[in-house]
Amino acid sequence: MDLSNLLVIVVGSILINNFVLMRFLGICPYIGVSKKLSSAVGMGMAVIFVMTLASLASYLIYYYLLAPETNFWGVDLTFLRTIAFILVIASLVQFVEMVIQKLAPALYQALGIFLPLITTNCAVLGVAVLNIDEQYNLIESLVNAIAAGIGFTLALVLMAGIRERLELADIPKPLQGVPIAFLMAGLMAIAFLGFSGLSVG
Amino acid sequence: MDVSILGAIASVGGLGLLFGGGLAYASRKFYVKVDPRVEQVDDALPGANCGACGMAGCRQMALKVVEGELTASACPVASSDARAFIAQIMGAEVELAEEMVAVTRCQGSPDKSPDRFIYQGFKSCTAADMVGHGHKACDWGCLGFGDCVEACPFDAMVMGEDRLPKVIDDLCTGCGKCVEACPRDIMELVPRSANIYIACKNPNRAKDVKSVCSVGCTGCTLCANPKTTPSGKIEMNKETNLPVFDYQVEDDPVIAVHKCPTNSLVDKRAKDRPVFYIAESRCTGEGECKKVCPVKGCIEELENGKFVIHTEKCIGCGLCEPACPSKAIDIMSALGHQAAS
Repeated sequence: MDLSNLLVIVVGSILINNFVLMRFLGICPYIGVSKKLSSAVGMGMAVIFVMTLASLASYLIYYYLLAPETNFWGVDLTFLRTIAFILVIASLVQFVEMVIQKLAPALYQALGIFLPLITTNCAVLGVAVLNIDEQYNLIESLVNAIAAGIGFTLALVLMAGIRERLELADIPKPLQGVPIAFLMAGLMAIAFLGFSGLSVG
Repeated sequence: MDVSILGAIASVGGLGLLFGGGLAYASRKFYVKVDPRVEQVDDALPGANCGACGMAGCRQMALKVVEGELTASACPVASSDARAFIAQIMGAEVELAEEMVAVTRCQGSPDKSPDRFIYQGFKSCTAADMVGHGHKACDWGCLGFGDCVEACPFDAMVMGEDRLPKVIDDLCTGCGKCVEACPRDIMELVPRSANIYIACKNPNRAKDVKSVCSVGCTGCTLCANPKTTPSGKIEMNKETNLPVFDYQVEDDPVIAVHKCPTNSLVDKRAKDRPVFYIAESRCTGEGECKKVCPVKGCIEELENGKFVIHTEKCIGCGLCEPACPSKAIDIMSALGHQAAS
């Protein structure tokens, strides 16, 4: 296992190809849950958790059911990728929610409200699809998922910090609330564009 | 081709069955028993998640209610019916608190209570209050940046042209968020049935109040005088030099509003109060009504010896109606004439 290769994936997913700011995935929670720092952190943790599990499950589904080279029947079913992944992610999140409600009530208190929000989050589907497109192996997929989740959390937490300050700022009335948040998102995306000059690997 | 269709059906169908069955099994296996009363209480609560009870939301309050830590009266928003219903679910008698609404206890718009200096900081009352006791001449007056309006979760408040917040009674639920938000305690909750309140918080005496505000209460005690308010609804607080209303007493002290020399009392129903009129045909000209009428020049004697009420001056106190020996005085509401009962 090439460690430097994993490092490239980590830096790439967190900074260079940040899911929110460069790939524009998961914009909904990015705007919706970024009003308070504490809930942004909670949401970020839940996303990291779900992304990792979803990558694992989607990797297994893809290579053992859909891909013609490795599945059991040798038929090309890769066109089912999107629908199968959505099915997997949605059921998985539901299942995980039930399990942690039963086994870890404290964790449920912390993540519980955010989990249903994530089932249809395109960032989660995105990371599963990208893992396949980039032809990562299982370890690389998991690392990529965790890094993507951290990147999402980073963007969300930065945004929440800015928006908590915006609350106190004297903003023109038509821009108050979500409009100024979108402008901030644009500026942050431009700032993150700077990372694309970073040469890794 | 056939194989791939069959394969597609088999794999997606199989996955669906697997996950469906798995979830069904998991929902049994990992079922967490929730007290059914939590659901019922949660349904009965308003669901506004305003946090006025001190919990994060209605669901959390429902949990606390079922645990016995809170009672239904912790929710200031729930109607009395909802509270009674929750009490029934919990099998307890809950004291029924009266529905409250917020009022603004200041009338000092910039033309009545001027600014001492020009404030250019954050447009927030809390911030403005910290800079040299605020820019308002009156240390107890409304700063007019609308922290209360911002805090209102029900859109029941608007900032008026006169830089004073207005409460829309129909939308106000009495949650008390504005009371918390105001750095000067100007917002206050009063029972919904109370129409009249004192719109001033300044505890100073005559001259000190007059010099900062033209509508500030000078503590003259006229409204609390038994001659003005015989029901005893109004009493003076000696420490704050302000009248205090006993909302248990059912009385609208309209005469006190009329007598107040500084117009510091506010009557929310001032515009739609019924007025009285004298049916000329029944008037016998004894003038009992003129003797009891508290308003100067409201009742006057006509040249023919009968009396007339100038309706534009009538404040609707109703003192004249029982005083009339010939029952010639009727109520005239905004909707039209109505015989006095």
